[in-house]
Amino acid sequence: MSLPLAATSPRLSVHLFLSIIVIALATCSSAFGQSDSLLDTTVVDDTVSITAAPVTTLLVEDGRYDNGDSLRLFWVPSIDDQLIDSKVTGYRVYRAVNGGDAEPIVDLLPGVGNYTDKNVELDSSYVYYVATLTESGEYPSIHTESKSPQREWINFRRGYLFIIMIIISAAIIFYVETAKRGKKLFVRKIAGLEAIDEAVGRATEMGRPVLFIPGIHDMDDVQTLAALTILGRVSRTIADYDSKIFMPVARSLVMTAARETIKASYQAAGRPDAYSDDMVNYVTDEQFGYVAAVDGLMVREKPATVFLLGAFFAESLILAETGNSVGAIQIAGTARPAQLPFFIAACDFTLIGEELFAASAYLSGEPRMLGSLKGQDVGKAIAMITILLGVVAVTMSEAWDVGIMTDLHAWLVKVFSSS
Amino acid sequence: MEHFALWLSAFLTLGILSFLYKDNPWYKLSEAIFVGISAGFWFVTLFWDNLVGKFWDGWQDEPMLFVGAALGFLMLLRLVPKIGWISRWPLAFIVGATSGLWLMNYLASNIMVQVQATIQPLFSISYASGFDAGWGAIISSLVIVVGTFTGLVYFFFSKEHKGAFGGAARVGIFFIMITFGASFGYTVMSRMSLLIGRMDFLLGDWLGMIG
Repeated sequence: MSLPLAATSPRLSVHLFLSIIVIALATCSSAFGQSDSLLDTTVVDDTVSITAAPVTTLLVEDGRYDNGDSLRLFWVPSIDDQLIDSKVTGYRVYRAVNGGDAEPIVDLLPGVGNYTDKNVELDSSYVYYVATLTESGEYPSIHTESKSPQREWINFRRGYLFIIMIIISAAIIFYVETAKRGKKLFVRKIAGLEAIDEAVGRATEMGRPVLFIPGIHDMDDVQTLAALTILGRVSRTIADYDSKIFMPVARSLVMTAARETIKASYQAAGRPDAYSDDMVNYVTDEQFGYVAAVDGLMVREKPATVFLLGAFFAESLILAETGNSVGAIQIAGTARPAQLPFFIAACDFTLIGEELFAASAYLSGEPRMLGSLKGQDVGKAIAMITILLGVVAVTMSEAWDVGIMTDLHAWLVKVFSSS
Repeated sequence: MEHFALWLSAFLTLGILSFLYKDNPWYKLSEAIFVGISAGFWFVTLFWDNLVGKFWDGWQDEPMLFVGAALGFLMLLRLVPKIGWISRWPLAFIVGATSGLWLMNYLASNIMVQVQATIQPLFSISYASGFDAGWGAIISSLVIVVGTFTGLVYFFFSKEHKGAFGGAARVGIFFIMITFGASFGYTVMSRMSLLIGRMDFLLGDWLGMIG
């Protein structure tokens, strides 16, 4: 059954008229170069695929001089990876572990030709391939061989560091042996250490105790070790003078080591009976809890002498100011540059940086430790000479293009960047 | 409960701050609570993190953990007076291992990197543009080189600080003190933020005086 023409003709006429207007507008827009997003959308043909050549020469090798925790991938980027009008949008690295399914591990930018996988384990084997990414898909490369990471026991990149360490160690051994043969080694005076006997004597005269604070770090910090070495000398003097010491600590291992140190000093002084474990007590590991307890101790016990030696942090000024407020003579020392200003401001004597480490050798006077100190000075002399040589070389190289200086500068940079 | 915690925090904060006046029972109470709770907290934390978390859960995969556990056990022998001396072994191990580990780290960071960073040109002249450095750059380079060199002279213990060497050491200590002065100001400002944090708690969270 057909529709009556009279009923349909007006609606057809309207559709026809609108269609003509739209086509005319589209034609005009194209003709005058005016396109809009609607028209653009209509001309894109989404059935066209953008193909790209896969990467080539994909190689995998073990990470050099590591702990068996990296594999390195190298490849030649796709020939369609160009700076201008590139079809390649990036690369995706796939990895199969122990013969399992390959999974993507990272997406990389175009132009990249290598990748180091640091998420690998010693006992596993890995196969990789790299897919070239385009707007319409991925184009995988061939697979690499199966590779397991290996652990290297020696890091040859640090060869020069090793040589310098050997030179400094040889110098230390030389000076230790020299001192052992009876030759007197000169070490300049360190002001803070000269005051130790005087400070302990003052505590004895005043009948008040000595407070020793070894910082808030554990035995794995060399500053704590240096502090305990000085404690040996301080506690020996205290034992000789029959004075008193108390030592609150923030680490249990430090408590054990400090008790051993003081006990040995009292035995060496011939007064083992005067030693008590109560001289050293553990407070808490919490930084400011420890500070609260030590501050309370200071104002109640009113020590005549306070030693603040070791690793300190935000508590340094609180402790030093409280010690100052109770009228104690204070000898401080740390290798923390940020805390040294506070000690210098609030304490009577401050051991700056390496003076703390030198103190142990200086106080003991033992050939072994003095030799070590002299050997370290050799290291500093090497550093000073190198700095002078290096600055002259690089300045002459940059300013006047002196060939030999350029070579010398390059060599020095190579040596001192091997760390 | 929330109100109780807020008031307790304020009570303890003011208790600790009361030390600024003088030692008093309020401070002693706050100190004892702080020390006791923190010591207990660290005991529980270390027990669950180290003994349970690392050793108990991991010894099947990492048998080397038994070495650490054995050293830890030896430390406990201090409780037995007759064989207490054995506890010195783990201490000796820690001290020796620490020294060895840090030797390389300090050598690398305090000597190698420092020297490498200090080696820089005082100025440069290029044939194209002539003298190619401003006075600011030259002075900056001189400060770095002279400061580092004379600082090293100050820490040289084998020679008395007399004559030219003493003069260089004196310049070095000037550099060090100027650095400490700058560091002092910087650190004081960061400490202020701790005080502001407490004041914010007292005046804002507790008293509601600031929004």
